[in-house]
Formats: sequence, structure tokens, C-alpha cells
Amino acid sequence: MQALYAQLLVGLINGSFYALLSLGLAVIFGMLNIINFAHGALYMMGAFVAYFLLNLGGINYWWALLLAPIIVGIFGMILERTMLQWLTGLDHLYGLLLTFGIALIVQGVFQNYFGSSGLPYAIPDQLKGGMNLGFMFLPIYRGWVVIFSLVVCIATWFLIEKTRLGAYLRAATENPTLVRAFGVNVPRMITLTYGLGVGLAALAGVLSAPINQVRPLMGADLIIVVFAVVVIGGMGSIMGSIITGFALGVIEGLTKYFYPEASNTVVFVLMVLVLLVKPTGLTGRAA
Amino acid sequence: MTTLTDDTLPVTPRAMRDEMIAFVLMALLLASVPFTGVYPFFVMQALCFALLACAFNLLIGYGGLLSFGHAMFLGTAGYCCAHALKVWALPPELGILVGIAAAFVLSLITGYISIRRQGIYFSMITLALSQLLYFIYLQAPFTHGEDGIQGIPQGRMFGVFDLSKPTVLYYVVLVGFLAGFLLIFRIINSPFGEVLKAIRENEPRAISLGYRTDQYKFLAFVLSGTLAGFAGALKVFVAQNASLTDVHWSMSGEVVLMTLVGGLGTIFGPVVGAFAIIAMQQYLAGFGQWVTVIQGSIFVVCVLTFRRGVIGEIAHYFRRSL
Repeated sequence: MQALYAQLLVGLINGSFYALLSLGLAVIFGMLNIINFAHGALYMMGAFVAYFLLNLGGINYWWALLLAPIIVGIFGMILERTMLQWLTGLDHLYGLLLTFGIALIVQGVFQNYFGSSGLPYAIPDQLKGGMNLGFMFLPIYRGWVVIFSLVVCIATWFLIEKTRLGAYLRAATENPTLVRAFGVNVPRMITLTYGLGVGLAALAGVLSAPINQVRPLMGADLIIVVFAVVVIGGMGSIMGSIITGFALGVIEGLTKYFYPEASNTVVFVLMVLVLLVKPTGLTGRAA
Repeated sequence: MTTLTDDTLPVTPRAMRDEMIAFVLMALLLASVPFTGVYPFFVMQALCFALLACAFNLLIGYGGLLSFGHAMFLGTAGYCCAHALKVWALPPELGILVGIAAAFVLSLITGYISIRRQGIYFSMITLALSQLLYFIYLQAPFTHGEDGIQGIPQGRMFGVFDLSKPTVLYYVVLVGFLAGFLLIFRIINSPFGEVLKAIRENEPRAISLGYRTDQYKFLAFVLSGTLAGFAGALKVFVAQNASLTDVHWSMSGEVVLMTLVGGLGTIFGPVVGAFAIIAMQQYLAGFGQWVTVIQGSIFVVCVLTFRRGVIGEIAHYFRRSL
């Protein structure tokens, strides 16, 4: 039973990353109509920024948690201003191709300097150790990742669904021209949205740094799984992305326990099943 | 929304004539390669990728469907062909047929699944399906995991042509490539190809005209996947191995890049793009991961400033369809 709970916890952690990443993808897709293929590379950058902050600047984990998303978010906003904005009005597929190119560049540069092996990032002192819950031993850091991700996801949901800023955002998603006529600076909002989505990816990267080592290709395979998550959940609803992300992480964890050979493929197999039964995805609208 | 390709040029008999002249020129040029002292292995490899890119282009350039998983057909056909040659000891022609059949079956299945969604979702689904296959091949015993299938016997084609001789192999690969290319050319200019273009331009209208667009897209997907499998089977004889790199997502990305560089929706573009990218990899092989960075940069430059691609720009300038 211990092993089952341990795998469930791993599943929840992976689920947190799926949720944070697919949430960012959904937010970006809503505003920019672009599937951000660079999301995995920016997630990796988040982890590397945390690593640099600690090893070059002596800035600890807690500041990295704040600074890394901001730094990577600014990098993302520069990308949006210099490149992505020129794709407005073109076929969606060009956005996919452009961000794929950006991902190759970013991953290639990091691979040149850091190879393919992982760099260690120590768990902060306050979150070291674990507690005995009676039925299982819970490493505190892992519990923290799950709870903190959940809080961030819900805060993002609240920001978009319940605040005035979120209302502007949703309105601009529906009809940008009309929102501009009301005097809202829509292009700036698009840039900030991209920054927000990218910042969420970077945050996931910082969270994962102490668990999975910091590697240049850490996001390359992850983003493909997240795409499958997005296909399953659909990008129409923020809450849908969060729930699907966590649920698939848990299912993956259970598969690792009951049938480990399929743990790499279970999300893709589920995607196939969902497509066969409900082609629009679980929460999605027809696209 | 502007479409992916520049297709303002109607297909007139004159344009067809231009294309046929270009085809004959290309065939002559390629047939003369063994006499020029160019490294034939490089050209053979490029021809396999050119055929793969042409097959991919059939789907994106004429059907408007961006597959990000075409490596799965390349790799599946490669593995099955290699297995048939090495373990079952089949002659080359039957080995190729086994590879093509495997790609055909795979494209039936994956096409049925992925065609249910469009646009961006279609790309993500094909990518996810190819990653699923990647993990299956990683674990399946017959692929030998990380090692791949190595030391594949080349054998004698039809009992006559000794494929272990580079020149013989070169012409066999060339004939295969030209046959595949002509088939794609024929498909594009058939009534089926015209309907496909109509669907790409305006799907609701094509539906309103009574076309079952899903069936057309499905057929295009199967044709594209099967032809990509043909390229994968040919590649086995050139490389003499079948490995996981052929199924990896980066391979799918390279195919997209080749077609983008040459020109989406142009007939000769994928060929030019494949030669350009393979040549680049050959010459920059010593630069390690910088090749990836350069490939990424080409993607960015192409999408931002050079969306018609090499052949697309030429065709646009001379107002011809090529």
C-alpha cells in the first residue's frame, strides 16, 4: 500500500505540472489563438533561472519562486512583441510553427552549454524532511508542490473568471475589436496574457527543479503530454484544464503502480479513447 | 484568415506543361548524379526525405492539415521492413511491401482518430499519437529499443539488382522516389485533389456542395501516411538500420521544416527543402547542438518573412505554379 500512495503522490505532482502548463496554454490560446509550442522550453527556462539565481546570485528558492516567473515572463513578452504579434490574422498553424522554432532555439542553446545531464537543485531547508501520516510517509516538499500549485491554479481561475481584469480579458477573447472601441488597450493585454501564461510555465519549472533535476530537455517530452491533456480536456474552460491536469496525473500515477509498462503511454491512450467517444474533448467546444 | 499557401494561380494546361518540364529536368539531374562524383549516400538519403516531405506536403499543402507526427509512418515502415528483411529474410521488394502495408494500416487507424479534430488540435493529436508509438517501439522487443535494428541485409531486388552496390542502390532509390513523386503529382491534379484544395480553402462551402469532407481528408491522410511509409522502407536500404530517431518528434519537426523551407503547397518545394536541410545537417554535423538552434532559427525566419518558401517565391515571381 505504501508504494501505491507514493505513486499517487507522484501522480498528483505530475498532475500539478500538467495543470499549470495546460492552464497557461489555454489562457494563451484564448487571447492569441496560438498553441504555444515553446511552453515546454519556457518551463525549462524557469528551472534554469532558479538554478542561476541560487548558484550565481545566492538568491534562495523563495525569491526564485517569485523572480523566475517574472524574468521568464518578461522574456516571453519580448517574444510576443518581436515575433508572435506579427502573426495576427494568419493561419493558426503558423503560430505553432513559429513557437516550435523558438523551442528548438532555446533548448538547443541550453543543450550546448549544459549538455543533456541534470543539474541538482537542493530542496530549501524549510521544506526538507517529511512527516508520517500514519498510512504513508509524506516528503514535505512534495506535499508543498501539490498544495501550492493548487492555490496558484485557483488564483488564476479567480483572476480570469471573477475579477474586472479577467472580464476584460474574456471580452477581448470574444471580440477584440469591440473591446478596443471601449478604450481598452488590447495589444498590451495580449502581451500581458502571454507573459502570464509563460510565467505559469516558469513557476512550474521552479517547483519541479528540486524534484526532477534541471535539464535542458526537461520540457521537451512534457509538452507533448500536456498537448494530449489539452486535447482531452479542451481549452474552452479554465477549471476544465485544472481538473483534467490533476486527474490525468493521478491516473498516470495509478498506472505506474498497477501496470508500470504503460505509464508513459496511458495519457495518450486516454486521449485516443476520449477522441473516439467525445471528439470535442471533455469540456471543449467544437473547434 | 489567409490560407497557408499561395494558390492564386490556376492550374492551366500551360502550368501543367511547366511542371512536366521541371519534372523531366529534375529526373535527368538526379539520374546523372553517379557520374558527377557527388557522394551518392547523401543524395539517396535526401531522396528518401524528399519523398517523405512530398507525402507530408500532400496533407498540409493540399488538405490544409498540419501533421506533426509523420515520423511515425517513416519509423513504422522502417522497423517493419527491416524486420521482414532481417528476421523473415524476405527479398527487398517484399520487404518494401511489408513496410508500406504497415504504414497503410497505421494511417488507417491514426487517420480515423485524428481526423475528428481540425486545425491546431489535429496537429497536437498527430504529435501525441506519434509519441505514443515512440514509447511502444522503445519497449517492444522486436525493435531492440535504443540499439535499433542494425546490419540489415540489402539483398537483390527482384533477384537481379544487387542493392549492396551503391550505384544500383542509387537508381533503385531514385526510381522509387520518382514513382512516388509522380503518384503525388497525379493525385494533386486529379478531381480528388481539386476537392481537397476546395476543402482547404473553404470547408463549410465544400460541405454545402455535398462533399463528405471527412472522407476526403481521411483518404488524403491515408495516402500521405502510406507514401511516407514508402519513404521509410526505402530509407532502410540506404541507412541499413532502423532506429528510434526515425520515430522521434524531432524527425516530424524536420519534415515540417523541409516542406516549409521549400514551400508549402508547391510541388517541387519539399524536394528542394529536403536537399537543403539534409545538406545543412551534413555540413554542420561538427557543430553539435547548434544545428538544432539553426533549424529553430530557420523556422522562425521562414514563418516571419519567407512563408512562401524557396519554390513558392520563384513560382510567385514568374507567376507559374511549380
